[in-house]
Amino acid sequence: MFTFFAGIGLAYFVVRLKRYQGILDAIITLPMVLPPTVVGFFLLLIFGKHGFIGQLLLLGDIRFVFTWKAAVTAAVIVSLPLMYRTSRGAFEQMDVNLLYAARTLGASEWRIFWRILLPNARQGILAGLVLSFTRALGEFGATIMVAGNLPGITQTMSTAIYAAVQANDDATAFVWVAVVVSFSFLVVILMNYWMARLYGFGRKGNGAGGNRSQHSQTTA
Amino acid sequence: MEIEVSIRKQLRDFELQVDFTAKDEVFALLGASGCGKSMTLKCIAGIEIPDQGYIRLGKRVLFDSEQRICLTPQQRHIGYLFQNYALFPNMTVLGNLQFAARGTFAESRCRIQDNIRRFALQGLEGAYPAALSGGQQQRVAFARILVSEADILLLDEPFSALDSYLKWQLEQELMHVLGEYGGSALFVSHDRGEVYRLCDRAAVINRGHIEAIDSKQALFANPQTLAGALLTGCKNVSAARKIDKEHFSADEWGILLTGTVGQPIPDHLRYVGIRAHFFVRASGPGENTFAADIVEVIEDTFSFLVMWRPSGGDGCSRLLRWEVDKETWRQVNGSKIYLCLPADKIMYMQK
Repeated sequence: MFTFFAGIGLAYFVVRLKRYQGILDAIITLPMVLPPTVVGFFLLLIFGKHGFIGQLLLLGDIRFVFTWKAAVTAAVIVSLPLMYRTSRGAFEQMDVNLLYAARTLGASEWRIFWRILLPNARQGILAGLVLSFTRALGEFGATIMVAGNLPGITQTMSTAIYAAVQANDDATAFVWVAVVVSFSFLVVILMNYWMARLYGFGRKGNGAGGNRSQHSQTTA
Repeated sequence: MEIEVSIRKQLRDFELQVDFTAKDEVFALLGASGCGKSMTLKCIAGIEIPDQGYIRLGKRVLFDSEQRICLTPQQRHIGYLFQNYALFPNMTVLGNLQFAARGTFAESRCRIQDNIRRFALQGLEGAYPAALSGGQQQRVAFARILVSEADILLLDEPFSALDSYLKWQLEQELMHVLGEYGGSALFVSHDRGEVYRLCDRAAVINRGHIEAIDSKQALFANPQTLAGALLTGCKNVSAARKIDKEHFSADEWGILLTGTVGQPIPDHLRYVGIRAHFFVRASGPGENTFAADIVEVIEDTFSFLVMWRPSGGDGCSRLLRWEVDKETWRQVNGSKIYLCLPADKIMYMQK
């Protein structure tokens, strides 16, 4: 959920930036290309006892490392780039004339975002949601570093499989593998179905460039 | 409503520099692709920001670099008709109109209904733009602009991507809409026919500069500049120099020509031009009349395009294009042809 909104928000923000676009883009994208252990290490540095935010959290008597919060944060950090990238791509592929038209018609930027930008970029955003969700589900490296593998507290499905295999407990591993595979499969199938339904408004074929491609058909 | 524009903007290859006013008329900006005419419209709409100058619409100042005024596109109340109409694909026709409506609910509902009727969109309210024909899309786009209570219409090459049949239909609809609209409209195009049929006055833009502003009749009769002549569809131009009060030499055609009394030859003559259908057949040599060496004959839809040069030259002067109807050409083909360039049809250009 958090990834979904943060990814869209960041994408919108970065697309509209005029300066420093490249640097900010690189920072947000970095967790995608770094080894998960490096991301985990950074998270430990920042959120650990001696880290900047870790100390702040200690003041409020909040433990972070090796709790479920750490697991969630790790999942968000590694899945965010995917959400961000795909949303940004969707925003940038929009016909800018739609935005210009909305502006000349007097619509506020806020209204344009909700009524024009989001609905017309929804395919990219949904694709980003699927990608980032599955990525978060499969997150392993960073989680095991900051959240550990405490059954019932910070254990995720991926770390549970790892632990089971380490303990030669193939039966448990199989159970979790089956759960992960079927769940991911189901989610992707559902998303595809949903996207196909939402694809075009009463039109057949591809939707995003629908207006334009239809236009060129009539002119061809 | 009157619009006054005087803006400068540095573009990649040249500086855009346009000054004009238009009031309750259809005013055309005629220019080749990439000459800055669309950029001018974008500056007026507030999508692009000029480097300096001012834009005034009626009593409202939309942009003034000296007073540091620059209204947002939302504040300008300008109706911009985009080339692809830019209807919102995720909304129905009614949704598109509602999105544009300003003011209270009752007011906007009333205006939406008015415009649905005016543009004959009854029955299409629930349709999505992708399901509409080109003409319907154009009507929805117009209705949307009028619902938003725009003070002026900007038309950005509304037909450039259409085939000729559809284009003709849409053009007629546009003519109808413009006639009913009655306010100021700026029309950007590279097509001389569209401009002539739809507009009252026109400006020729070449590389960011307005070269001539005049009524369409005057502009087409005497384009004043080389770019103007080419944009208004003159097929024959040649570099030229004045020789004396009555004579000038058309260097690229390699001929000496005589001017007419009513139309003095300008001192700084640089080019002359004559439209392809203004040549007159003659029976023998005479003033401005030359024996024609026919080089190539191209059959067009309803005429022949005859490429010729005056005989007696070195054989490498620029070819002239004579457009002649098929019947006439079949009669004269094969015989010795003399062609006259009537002095009153020759256009003089000083730049």
